[in-house]
Amino acid sequence: MIEIIVVSTLNGVLYGMLLFLMASGLTVIFSMMGVLNLAHASFYMLGAFFGFEITRRIGFWPALVVAPLLVGAIGMAVERYGLRRVHSHGHVAELLFTFGLTFVIKEVVEMIWGKLPADYRVPGSLDFAAFTLFSSDYPAFRLFVLLVSIAIFLALLLVIKRTRIGLIVQAALTHPGMVGMLGHNVDRIFMLVFGVGVALAAVAGVIAGPILITQSNMAGLLGPILFVVVVVGGLGSLGGAFAASLLIGLVQTFAVAFNVSLADLFGSTAAGEVLSVWLSDIWRVTVAQVAPILPYLLLVLILIFRPRGLMGTRDT
Amino acid sequence: MSEATVISRSVRASRGGLTAYAIWLALALALLLLPQLFPSRLALSTMSLMGTMIIFALSYNMLLGQTGLLSFGHAVFFGLGGYFCVHALNLAGDYGWPIPLPIFPLVGALGGLTFGVLFGAVATKRAGTAFAMITLGIGELVVSLALILRRFFGGEEGITTDRTDVLSFFGYSFGPQSQVYYLVAAWCFISVAAMYAVTRTPFGRICNAVRDNPQRTAFIGYDMGTVRFIAFSLAGLFAGIAGGLSAINFEIVNAAQMGAVESGSVILMTYIGGVGNFAGPIIGAILVTWLQLVLSDATQIWPLYVGLLFIGIVMFAPGGIAGMLAMQGPVIAAGKLHRVAPYYLLAAIPGAIAVIGLSILAETSHQFSIRAAYGPSITLYSLPFDVTSPLPWIVGLVLAAGGVWLFLRAARLARNAYEEAIAGGAA
Repeated sequence: MIEIIVVSTLNGVLYGMLLFLMASGLTVIFSMMGVLNLAHASFYMLGAFFGFEITRRIGFWPALVVAPLLVGAIGMAVERYGLRRVHSHGHVAELLFTFGLTFVIKEVVEMIWGKLPADYRVPGSLDFAAFTLFSSDYPAFRLFVLLVSIAIFLALLLVIKRTRIGLIVQAALTHPGMVGMLGHNVDRIFMLVFGVGVALAAVAGVIAGPILITQSNMAGLLGPILFVVVVVGGLGSLGGAFAASLLIGLVQTFAVAFNVSLADLFGSTAAGEVLSVWLSDIWRVTVAQVAPILPYLLLVLILIFRPRGLMGTRDT
Repeated sequence: MSEATVISRSVRASRGGLTAYAIWLALALALLLLPQLFPSRLALSTMSLMGTMIIFALSYNMLLGQTGLLSFGHAVFFGLGGYFCVHALNLAGDYGWPIPLPIFPLVGALGGLTFGVLFGAVATKRAGTAFAMITLGIGELVVSLALILRRFFGGEEGITTDRTDVLSFFGYSFGPQSQVYYLVAAWCFISVAAMYAVTRTPFGRICNAVRDNPQRTAFIGYDMGTVRFIAFSLAGLFAGIAGGLSAINFEIVNAAQMGAVESGSVILMTYIGGVGNFAGPIIGAILVTWLQLVLSDATQIWPLYVGLLFIGIVMFAPGGIAGMLAMQGPVIAAGKLHRVAPYYLLAAIPGAIAVIGLSILAETSHQFSIRAAYGPSITLYSLPFDVTSPLPWIVGLVLAAGGVWLFLRAARLARNAYEEAIAGGAA
């Protein structure tokens, strides 16, 4: 039991930190530009495939640097030549533009790498057991992923809270007009923030690719969970996104670890006989099988009881 | 107000009424006569699908176009309507209930409405981006649940039925596709008329007000949450009719019909057709269904082309196809179409060249990387060539880049000509 709890906590924090790598960029882009980038998970997928391709040709370490830079550049081009033009048509058009982008990126990925999973493996230099925990080995690569996510999280916190750039970004979040008056190029700030945001998602893609499956449907699988994270955390709140990322990471890994069903809980009682007939569909469903719907249930519950999200401040 | 203006206005009103009736009459006639024009089985099933999609896209436009709500989970109501209809058909078949087939889409409507009310109560508390995310979450929730509740949803295989099992309707068994087409056409006509009627009611107007200026709508005393809720429920009802028709047409419903792909495809249809115009989603549903059929025959990467078309519409023509057509109204009224049309033609030629160039690039790289196992040669536009040689890449790149560049220049000329014609017409 303790083994399950410790390992699930480690994996849950790992998954949560990966989610936060993406949710942080998404949140900053949303609070600055007022547009929720629906293609964010697609940029994560691009990061994973670029990482795979560069790892195959050059190596993992160059990939960790080059792939996010490439994706960031693509992101900036998308902002400069696509989003900025659509901006004048209003928020719905912006959302729809990023929605269309998810289609195109998915198709381009399928066009180049196909629909089958890519053979993206853990690099040899990190392919060993970091430590042994209750007789099972914990892979070093997972530890590496955790450390990278935490390092980026701390760096982001420092940049936003302690530097001049962070100050301007924070100001542009709430008072874009005033920041423009003070002589800063708000358009360029938006472009840079969009680029950095999608580059962070690409980092998540490069390091998560070998653990999760690198496939053309990975954006479609992860995207909805990412949006649950930002809504549950409160749209536009970085702290909320952090809490919600960890929460959902932990909930999903713990749910997968427990193989309990209603039949196991009430099977021997008198009520069990009656219930097993009436609830025949969900009688033998285990918690692990329910895991995929838990984030969405959480979303609906949060919306009913706390519509603003965990730490949200505004009612957009 | 002088008597003359009153008379001219009443004349105009009656003439407007006549043209309005003429449009509906033409629609009914077209629906009746289409099978005579296209009698093949493939055409009949395509048109049945189009009719279903027209209802679905119009119901979606009640949200996006009329009320300004961007939903990413509208297929939930389409799919649930289908499930309710299929279960009702199976029950009626098993117990011999005396209900004829044409009534069953109503069961779908009821299912769509029930869940529209249920989910609407949660989702319409918020508008804008949060609403979009909630609908996305609800969509994912229902699809994941469908794979758990196997008795009702039938797991991944879905639930099948037999539409000929129920009471025959004045001797029609609805076995042949042509009879199904007329069933779809009748429901399509009823639904289109009903949804058009909704846009003419005070409620329809208030929906537009909520879309255009939520703050002022709240000030004049309407609760926006309630308006959004009613619109959402009604959209669920009509999506349920479409789902029921789809279930009758295909005799199967599965969980994928409630999923993100279906929700995405209704967004594409509605927006490509045009959200600002009642006829827009109709045009979009017909065009996108046709594109899906034709392109999926020709190429594996057809969603790329539909996606690019969608992005192009979002970026350059936010009114959609119907919006572009409606823009020609004033030009025709001014009698200056002949002055503008050559410029449209001038823009269309490099546009077509750009599309050909892009498709050469896309198909060549697709063959190069994925279908390499099938050998390096493909045939495109009835020209065979080798994808490992640099020639097709260069040709594709030149055609695409040159076409786009020329198209942008020609489009600017066309816009100038258009504005000149409008300005001249006003003066």
